[in-house]
Amino acid sequence: MATAKMTNKKKGFEESLSRLEEVVKEMESGELPLEKMMAHFEEGTTLVKFCGDQLNEVEKKIEKLVQKGDEVLAEPFEEEPQG
Amino acid sequence: MQDLIPFAPDAAPRPDRRRVFTVAELTRSIKETLEDTFGLVWVEGEISNLRQPASGHCYFTLKDESAQLSAVLFRGNQRGLPCALKDGSRIRVHGELTVYEARGNYQILVRQVEEAGKGSLLEQFEILKKKLAAEGLFDPSRKQVLPMLPRRIGIVTSSTGAAIRDVLQVLNRRFPNLQIQVAPVKVQGIGAAGEIARAVAMFNRRGEVDVLIVGRGGGSLEDLWSFNEEVVVRAVAASSIPVVSAVGHETDVTLCDFAADLRAPTPSAAAELVVDRKVTFEQALAEWRRRLARALHAHSLEIRQRLTAAARSYVFHEPRNLLRHYRQEMDTHRAGLRRALQDMLRQRQQRLDELTVSLIHQVTSNKDRNVFQVQALGDQLRALSPRGVLKRGYSITSRKNGQVVRWAGDVSPGERVVTRVATGTIQSTVESTQPGDENGNGQDDE
Repeated sequence: MATAKMTNKKKGFEESLSRLEEVVKEMESGELPLEKMMAHFEEGTTLVKFCGDQLNEVEKKIEKLVQKGDEVLAEPFEEEPQG
Repeated sequence: MQDLIPFAPDAAPRPDRRRVFTVAELTRSIKETLEDTFGLVWVEGEISNLRQPASGHCYFTLKDESAQLSAVLFRGNQRGLPCALKDGSRIRVHGELTVYEARGNYQILVRQVEEAGKGSLLEQFEILKKKLAAEGLFDPSRKQVLPMLPRRIGIVTSSTGAAIRDVLQVLNRRFPNLQIQVAPVKVQGIGAAGEIARAVAMFNRRGEVDVLIVGRGGGSLEDLWSFNEEVVVRAVAASSIPVVSAVGHETDVTLCDFAADLRAPTPSAAAELVVDRKVTFEQALAEWRRRLARALHAHSLEIRQRLTAAARSYVFHEPRNLLRHYRQEMDTHRAGLRRALQDMLRQRQQRLDELTVSLIHQVTSNKDRNVFQVQALGDQLRALSPRGVLKRGYSITSRKNGQVVRWAGDVSPGERVVTRVATGTIQSTVESTQPGDENGNGQDDE
């Protein structure tokens, strides 16, 4: 469940970025009719926003995975002195 | 040597010409001879009488079928042991031969331990590399592509040490809002390989990270050895999460590096490979946004020009003329339509009037005719009624029992009869009867 979500997000960013590139290049080619031009611009604006959100969405979190019996627990990670 | 073993033939009497050492002198002499002669050696044997007091140093005897040798493994040299020391196991040790003067023992001070029968580490490295390469574990076709923007990064390394610190520092600098999961493991010594392999598998089971960094800081070949062990190499090769291997320094190469999807020269470099600077992403995005807006602007300029050109056309110059023309035509049509409607209405009205008149006429004439007919029929009816006959002067005589008297013979003299006239009845008694024929000859019946 978590896997799928993460994968989607990851793909979402990469795919969105390459789609954005495609959209802009088509618009720059100057061969689009007006309606398509507007649709492309709207799509591009949405993609820019989506990618920007992706960059800022996640909050910093560092966890340590610790084996407790049969399960693995995620605990906050504190840097230990070098030893 | 000379001052330790003085030789003065003239100074002593004959019996005293024998050379007498102190124990310390002799032991020291033996120690030096031994160390000079052998120095660092490799020796293979079986462990026995293994003990490890509180000091943490390891003492054991290395023996074979016919001899034995005392051995010491100081605590400081125990890092990076490839296997657990235990009685009965055959090992190959590298160390210096020396004498423990206090006990008069000679012993080997162990610096390095190998499992016997496995060949040297480098030999093992080459053999395993060939074997796993033959299985295809290092094939370029197996390499996975690292995600452009990992949402969560997994790290398999020691929770102490420079490696984790360096990685976290770099990641934090490049992309301050990242999520990181660390699986702390032993990175050298007994059990390290198993822990590393299990951690890689565990990350794959949990499936929460998009990329894995596996590694440790620099060290000797023995220190890094865990990353050459088969179990680690297989775990890394089997990982469906892309793995960046970062073991030791630039010059250190491990089998883990070969199996990983990407090799980083150092842990810090691994962190740099895993995530681009957030700023770079943001700049790229800003550039796309600029180009997007510019493309639309350029296009709208072009469209505006076309509009301006089109606006010069006649139709746009005199639009009112066009409109007026159409309006006139429309008015004409509207008048025609109205006329046609009115004509039609008028015709219909006329027809309706005609029909009404004719209908009234018909209804009226029918009524008159009916009235006459009814009167005539009434007269006929009245003429047929007995009452009508009586009015004309006839009468009906009936006997007592109600029987109408038609023939004179119907009654006998003395009988009482009732005679009905137009208004009222007459009671009388028959005096005599005079029969006649049907043509009324004779006496009247009534």
